[in-house]
Amino acid sequence: MRTRIVVFPGSNCDHDAHYAVKNILGETDTEFVWHKEESIGKDVDLVILPGGFSYGDYLRTGAIARFSPIMKDVIRFAKDGGTVIGICNGFQVLCESGLLPGALMRNDALKFRCTFVDLRTENTSTRFTSTLKGGQVLKIPIAHGEGNYIAEPEVIAELEANKQVIFRYSDEGGNVTPATNANGSINNIAGIVSKEGNVMGMMPHPERACEAALGSADGLNVFTSLQNYFQELRGIRKAA
Amino acid sequence: MNYHVYIATERKEAILDPQGKATQHALSSLGMNAIADARIGKFIRLDVQAGSPEEANAIASKAGEELLANPIMETFRIIETKAA
Repeated sequence: MRTRIVVFPGSNCDHDAHYAVKNILGETDTEFVWHKEESIGKDVDLVILPGGFSYGDYLRTGAIARFSPIMKDVIRFAKDGGTVIGICNGFQVLCESGLLPGALMRNDALKFRCTFVDLRTENTSTRFTSTLKGGQVLKIPIAHGEGNYIAEPEVIAELEANKQVIFRYSDEGGNVTPATNANGSINNIAGIVSKEGNVMGMMPHPERACEAALGSADGLNVFTSLQNYFQELRGIRKAA
Repeated sequence: MNYHVYIATERKEAILDPQGKATQHALSSLGMNAIADARIGKFIRLDVQAGSPEEANAIASKAGEELLANPIMETFRIIETKAA
């Protein structure tokens, strides 16, 4: 799984993502790409836009990163069907770039929240969630001040109808209520995929929950799902 | 010619503005109960090279549409345009 992790000025979860994919998952072809580069390189399987505070969150979170030289190629890659994950600030960048619908606003409680949350899995038929069971609850940390997901009502209706919402903030038992909403997101939305299913954004940090020593290994599911997806894809290509 | 174009961005009315709400609460605790609400936006000055104020405004509007405001949650308007 050739993985490229974009490093913006102010990214701070780039090394976490690199460690999760390379050291824990064992995918040796995992490298950083500096935002000034104009190409992500050839035959890339997965692009990760990591968490952090790209450009100091100036203007709006993710608003300036969208104009980094590398983003032209990331947008091209995504539009060609390439697999892209945006985590936390990466999710904000994907929304600002128009690769995912909606926007992320200040948390409703006005607080920066850094804590473990429970997430209920809503759709297991995506390349990001295939190792999970429907309704499975994951323990994954969040660390953000602006994760309050919003979109026009018709966009939300479309996301729900297409099962594009893949994770919701819940309690340990998988109950989704206003009390389990970490930041005020509409419908407790914590993660979504694009209509085509190749671009995923989530506020919680799966890369920070990939081994028991970190308090949870639940986040690894996102990466093993992708590993399986690309292995199967290669198998199909070989057979053809 | 150089123009200063002043642009304000605001959150749409339907969108919760927790910063504004907190500010209104603070004003209320100062006894300013006549202030029913506060909304916080951004105030931006662009220095624009243009042949006329209209042209400067057109350039600033494009900046507003493409970057300065996120149309999902914000609106923007030009407040003032004057020769720099």
